[in-house]
Amino acid sequence: MKKVKVKLHFPRKWISKPLMSEVISRYGIVFNILHADISYDSEGTLIAEITGEDEAVTDSLTYIDSVGVKYKLYNKSIILREDECIHCGACTAVCPSEALTMDKDNKLHFDKEKCLVCELCIKACPLRIISTEF
Amino acid sequence: MKTIAEINQKIKNGKAVVVTAEEIIGIVDDKGYEEAAELVDVVTTGTFGPMCSSGVFINFGHSDPPIKMKTVSLNDVPAYAGLAAVDAYIGATEVSTTKGMEYGGGHVIQELVAGKDVKLRAFADGTDCYPRKSIETTINKYNVNQIYMYNPRNAYQNYPAATNSTKKTIYTYMGTLLPEFGNITYSTSGELSPLLNDPYYRTIGLGTRIFLGGGQGYVTWQGTQHNPGQARGENGVPLSLAGTIAVSGDLRDMSEDFIRAAVYEKYGVSLFVGIGIPIPIIDVEMLKYTAVRNSEIKTSLADKSGNEKLPETYTYEQLQSGSVEFRGEKVKTAPLSSISKAREIAGILKEWIEKGDFLLTEAVAPLPLENKVNKLEIREIKL
Ligand code: SF4
Ligand code: SF4
Repeated sequence: MKKVKVKLHFPRKWISKPLMSEVISRYGIVFNILHADISYDSEGTLIAEITGEDEAVTDSLTYIDSVGVKYKLYNKSIILREDECIHCGACTAVCPSEALTMDKDNKLHFDKEKCLVCELCIKACPLRIISTEF
Repeated sequence: MKTIAEINQKIKNGKAVVVTAEEIIGIVDDKGYEEAAELVDVVTTGTFGPMCSSGVFINFGHSDPPIKMKTVSLNDVPAYAGLAAVDAYIGATEVSTTKGMEYGGGHVIQELVAGKDVKLRAFADGTDCYPRKSIETTINKYNVNQIYMYNPRNAYQNYPAATNSTKKTIYTYMGTLLPEFGNITYSTSGELSPLLNDPYYRTIGLGTRIFLGGGQGYVTWQGTQHNPGQARGENGVPLSLAGTIAVSGDLRDMSEDFIRAAVYEKYGVSLFVGIGIPIPIIDVEMLKYTAVRNSEIKTSLADKSGNEKLPETYTYEQLQSGSVEFRGEKVKTAPLSSISKAREIAGILKEWIEKGDFLLTEAVAPLPLENKVNKLEIREIKL
């Protein structure tokens, strides 16, 4: 099993085509959309997680590429040193995906699955406890 | 009516009823003001936010031969030495001459609190009685003579929420503010905040013993920019910037859990300071003040780019919900001051009092209820 996080860049002409359902049915992978910025008749980006057998994941990416959708694999992930966190919340001000939120007890909640690795939180944290890992 | 002496007697007997400024709200809902005021003796408050106007006085002790330090740095962060020979003051926002904004006075203070060694470097002109011209050594909080925090302005009674009207992200002491009102930040512990629970400073005054940075400290003066004349709501709670306090306490008693350095991107260094103040319930009026809740505390909204004057006001209940409505749109809100730490501080203070480790104090003198905040005018110099 393999899980990769990818950013897909759709050219204008491809937006309306059923790319996702196509890769899902062809390769039997799980295609989980984390963030989408797509509208009809314009370029768009989509951040997703693809999970499946190693080969199926690779084949899906090859297919995506073959139909003219560019993709970029995220090889980084965000590391938060939670034991040093003071739960101030400054990082939640900039997080575009709700990966960083304050819970009902006013503590920071980090949902790694939702993270787009935009890295905005790194400089927003006054304690400098957020970094990236390759 | 209860006197502080009576409350202290109860504390000594282990009979005082102490609750936090959050817990009191539920008690009032249950029992009403009168009964709650009978029952409860002390309400504890707390706050843990970035407080730039903070710093530490140190007396390093004399070397042999001695030096009258003229310039002093600690871990390459300049300290003020225009005092007696080996006295200096390191301010939280001073930045390093070698690392720039990523390291500053706040970090030096945090390291000292943690008990770590810090590099001291000082230069002097040399005098007949202080011949030495330079010194380089390490110090820590145990081997100096005195090391105490003196913060000229802490625990702001209320603070405007911040946003950004421009087309660019701006980096401020209120955090990163996204373009076109993309987010709103705010900094308060709200219903837990010390001066919001004693809006007219009836019990908090000069000499009030407090929780400071993990140890016990004192209110030592009105804070700078103390502004009791701010417009207030019907409940007496100021609607924007208002009262402040100066506080002091021994750094040796403090802990890194409640003193933390902060860096605000493209703004600079600051220091998170943990403060907790006990409020004696001397009468029903005092109880009513401490029962204030987030839905009853409002603040103004400031455009940190300085371009627009914004009429919006929000309650802390709205701001804490994660988003508010601004000009018909939902805007994300984010805190800067740690409410969970503030809660922890109020809880620790409660425990200290319950155990009899912390007695309440009568203020030696009140904080002013009238004070004008002056503007710095630019005038022609005719000296
Ligand atoms: S990198 Fe940080 S700000 Fe960006 S999505 Fe992930 S957690 Fe949120
Ligand atoms: S900004 Fe840093 S310290 Fe504050 S809540 Fe986020 S991760 Fe924790």
